[in-house]
Amino acid sequence: MSAATLSRRGFISASLLAGGGLLFDLNMPVARAADGTPVILTAFIRILPDNRVIIGAKNAEIGQGAKTMLPMLIAEELDVDWKQVTIEQTHADAKIFGGQSAGGSRTTPREWLPTRQAGAAARAMLVAAAAQGWGVAPETLKVAGGTVTDPKSGKSATYASLAVAAAKLPAPDPATLKLKDPADFRIIGQSIGGVDTPAIVTGKPLFGIDFTLPDMLYAVLETCPAHGGIYKSANLDEVKALPGITHVLTIKGDGTPESGFDGVAILSKSWWTANQARETLKVDWDVSSVSGFSTEAYAAQAAERRKGKADGDIVRTGDVDAAFAGAAKTVSADYSYPFLAHGTLEPQNCTALFKDGAVEIWAPTQNPESGRALVAKALNLPPEKIRINFTRIGGGFGRRLMNDYMVQAASIAAQVPGTPVKLLWNRQQDIQRDFYRPAGWHGFRAALDKDGALTGFHDHFVTFGKDGKPVRSAEMPASELPAGLIDNVLLEQSFLTTNMPTGWLRAPGSNALAFVYQAFLDEVADAAGKDLPTLMLEILGEPRELPRGPNAPPFVTSRARGVIEKAVAMGGWADRKTLSKGTGKGFAFYYSHMGYFAEVLEVAIIEGMPKVKTVWVAGDVGSQIINPINALHQAQGSVIEGLGQALAGQIITQVDGAVEQANYDTHPFLRINDAPEIIVEFVKTDYPPTGLGEPALPPVIPALVNAIHAATGKRIRSLPVTAEMLA
Amino acid sequence: MAVSFTVNGEKRQVDGDPAKPLLWVLREDLDMVGTKFGCGAGLCGACTVHLGGDAVRSCQTPLGDVNGMAITTIEGVQASDPGKRIAAAWIKLDVPQCGYCQAGQIMSATALLATTPKPSDEEIDAAMMGNLCRCSTYVRIRAAIKDAAGIVEAKA
Repeated sequence: MSAATLSRRGFISASLLAGGGLLFDLNMPVARAADGTPVILTAFIRILPDNRVIIGAKNAEIGQGAKTMLPMLIAEELDVDWKQVTIEQTHADAKIFGGQSAGGSRTTPREWLPTRQAGAAARAMLVAAAAQGWGVAPETLKVAGGTVTDPKSGKSATYASLAVAAAKLPAPDPATLKLKDPADFRIIGQSIGGVDTPAIVTGKPLFGIDFTLPDMLYAVLETCPAHGGIYKSANLDEVKALPGITHVLTIKGDGTPESGFDGVAILSKSWWTANQARETLKVDWDVSSVSGFSTEAYAAQAAERRKGKADGDIVRTGDVDAAFAGAAKTVSADYSYPFLAHGTLEPQNCTALFKDGAVEIWAPTQNPESGRALVAKALNLPPEKIRINFTRIGGGFGRRLMNDYMVQAASIAAQVPGTPVKLLWNRQQDIQRDFYRPAGWHGFRAALDKDGALTGFHDHFVTFGKDGKPVRSAEMPASELPAGLIDNVLLEQSFLTTNMPTGWLRAPGSNALAFVYQAFLDEVADAAGKDLPTLMLEILGEPRELPRGPNAPPFVTSRARGVIEKAVAMGGWADRKTLSKGTGKGFAFYYSHMGYFAEVLEVAIIEGMPKVKTVWVAGDVGSQIINPINALHQAQGSVIEGLGQALAGQIITQVDGAVEQANYDTHPFLRINDAPEIIVEFVKTDYPPTGLGEPALPPVIPALVNAIHAATGKRIRSLPVTAEMLA
Repeated sequence: MAVSFTVNGEKRQVDGDPAKPLLWVLREDLDMVGTKFGCGAGLCGACTVHLGGDAVRSCQTPLGDVNGMAITTIEGVQASDPGKRIAAAWIKLDVPQCGYCQAGQIMSATALLATTPKPSDEEIDAAMMGNLCRCSTYVRIRAAIKDAAGIVEAKA
C-alpha cells in the first residue's frame, strides 16, 4: 500500500444526521481504474431512521443509464435491497466527486472498482458496529436488506439502528475491503429500469428546459449565421421597444466557438415572445474572415490534396513502397463522409443566476468542469464562485461535452444581476450552432501477395487542421487497424482549414473511420477471393496484445476473434449466399471505447433504397454486464443511430461559411418504420467491465454498406446513401 | 384575448396572444412543462397533446384555435384507460433512454390505442412516424404499444 493511500484513510467519514440516520461521506483513493487513471472516489450514502437508503448519483444522465447503474454498484456492496434505495442527483464539483463527465463510454471502466469499494466501506463500518455491540467477530455476521444478523445468537439489527455506533468507528482502508464474488451479486447483473422512468411517463419537470426560478426571464440569442462572424451593429432599440421585451443585450465572445461567438440576446418573461422578436432584429455582422468556407470548396481542395504529397505521417511501419512494388494485386478506392450535427431533442439551454459576485448554473451538461473553467474565464470569476447543478439531459451524443450555451447564459445573467435567466436556443440555432462531426476524405491502397494475404496498406487521410494538427475530433489514431496487425502500413494526413466548430459525436472518430476502413477492407477481401471475417481473422493472426498507450488497455486479438466468430454464427453468415436477389448480408468488426463489436446485417433493396431487416450484434465489454436491460438499450440505440447516419439523409453543408440545414426535415434521423430487428449477445471475457454508450455504433455502418454491396454489387464509398448510388 | 378550454378535465382561461402556440401556453402560462419543445415546426412530435381526443402538435396549434376545446397532456393522460395501459407498458419495458421525446410518444401511442385497440405493425408505424426519438428507443416503443394492447407476439 502506498503512503498516499494511507494518508487518505481519514477521508471516509460517517456522521449522524439531524433527526437520526447516518451520512457516509466516502472520499476514497483507489489504485487505478481500468483505463489507468488514478481515481479518488467520493460518494454519499445516507441511511435514514426507517432504514431506507439514499444514494447520490454523481454523473450526468443523458440516457446512458449512469444515474441507475452507479447506485446499483454501491447498493450491491452495501448489501441493501434495491427497493430500499432512493437515488438523488448530486451537483457538479470535481473537487468533491471526482470525474463526473459523461463521455467516451468511460463511466463504467472508471467507476467499476471504486464505486463498489464505496459501498463495501460503508457496509464494513456498519457490520463492525454490530460486531462490537454483540462482542463477536465481524466476519461471522451476515447482511441482507440492510439488516445485520448473527446466525449464532439469532440477534439482528438494522443499519439505521447501528448508525450511532458506526459513526464513531474509524474508516476502513479501501485496500483491505473484500468485494463480493460475482457469483453472489444480487443487484449487479439484474435488469433494473431507469430511476427516472416513472417521472418521465408522468411528465414531471426533470430536464434543463423544465427548470424554473421565480421571476426568471427567458433569453434567446442571435449569433452570426457564418461561424465566427463579428458583431458590428444592430437595431437594438427597435427590438427593445417591442411589447413584452425586457432587455436587449450584446454579449462579446472571445472568438472561439467553445466560449460562444458574439451575440445579441433578447429577454422576456416569455420565451415565445423573445423568439418572435428575432424576426425584428437586424444585425450587421462582419463575416469577412469566414465567408469563403463552403462544402463545395472543401471537396475540391480534398481532391487536389489527395493527388499530392501529404502534410505528414500518422504512422509508418515496414516498407510500404516495397510491399506495393512486390504485390501480386493492388486495390485502391477513395472514401468520404460529411459533417454531421448532433440534433439532441432537447435544444441547448442553460439557466443562470448572477448575484453578489457569484453565479449559480442549472445546466444539462455532459462535462461540467470544462464549463466552469470557461465561465470563470468569460466572467473573470474565481472557479469557486460558480456553482453548477445538473439537470437531466434530453440527449447528449457528445454535443453537451461542449459548454458554449453555459458561457452564454452566464454572460447574459451577469448583465442582469439578481434576475435568473434561462437561455434556450431554437431548433434552427441548435442545428446551425453545433460542434459538428467533421467531414473527411480517405485515399486507400492495399497490396495483396499471390496467396491473397494483405501485405501493405496505405491511407492518405484529408482532414481538417489548424497549426499543423487535426482540429477536435478530426484525428485518426496511429493504431487504426490494420496498423499494428500487418507489417507495412502508411497512414498519413493532410489538412484543410475550416471555420466550422468541430466536436465529438457519439463514438467520435470511430463513427467515420469504421465506415471507411471496414468498407475498404471488404473490397480488399473481395479482391483476395475471401470474405471480410476471414480476412480479419487472418490479419488478427496469433493471439497477441497490441499496446494502446499508458491510459488505455491493450487491444487483445483473442477478444476480437471471439466477437467475430460469435457474430458470424449468430447472423447465419455461412448461408448468406442462399439469400434471394436484391437481398444481402454484410459484416464488420470494430474496436472502440474499449469495446469489441462485430455485426452482421441483412438488407433488402426495396423501391430503390436499402431496408435493413435484421442486425446481429456480438459485443465483448468484459466480464460483467452490470444492467442487462440498459446494455441492450444502448446497443439497440447505437445501431439505429449508426444506420441513421448512413440512411436517413444526414448531411451538413455549408455556403459562405454558414450551415444550410435548419431542422429535422433537412437533417433527419431515422423513425420507427426504419427500426430493424436487432439481436444482441455479449461474449463474456475475463476483463474488467467497460462502457456501452458507443462501441456498438461504429461497425453497423460498414456492415450496412457491405450488405448493400452483397445485395447489389454496388460499393457505397460516401455517405449518406442515396437512391442514385444504387440506381 | 381570453381563451377558455379544459386541460386534463380542469377549466382554464388564458388571456394572451391568440397566435401563441399551445405548447408555450402550457409551459409558460400554465406551468405544465411535461409537454416538450423539440423543433417548433411540427417535425419531431415532442410537443404532442390530445385536442378533442386527437393527437396534435401543440407547437403548431395557436391558442386562438383551442377555445372551448378539451386538451389532454402527459400530466393527465393516465386518466384514460388506454393512457394508463400505455404508461404501465412504458415502465414495464423501460422504454425511455434520455426520456425527452417520451411524453410525445406516449400521447401518440395513447391516441392510437383509443381508436385502434389492436394495431398492426403498419398502423403503429403510421401513428408513430411523426415522433422522433433521438436515442432510437423505437424497438421498445413498438413492443410497449403491443404490450399495452394485449397483443401477444408469436415466438420466432
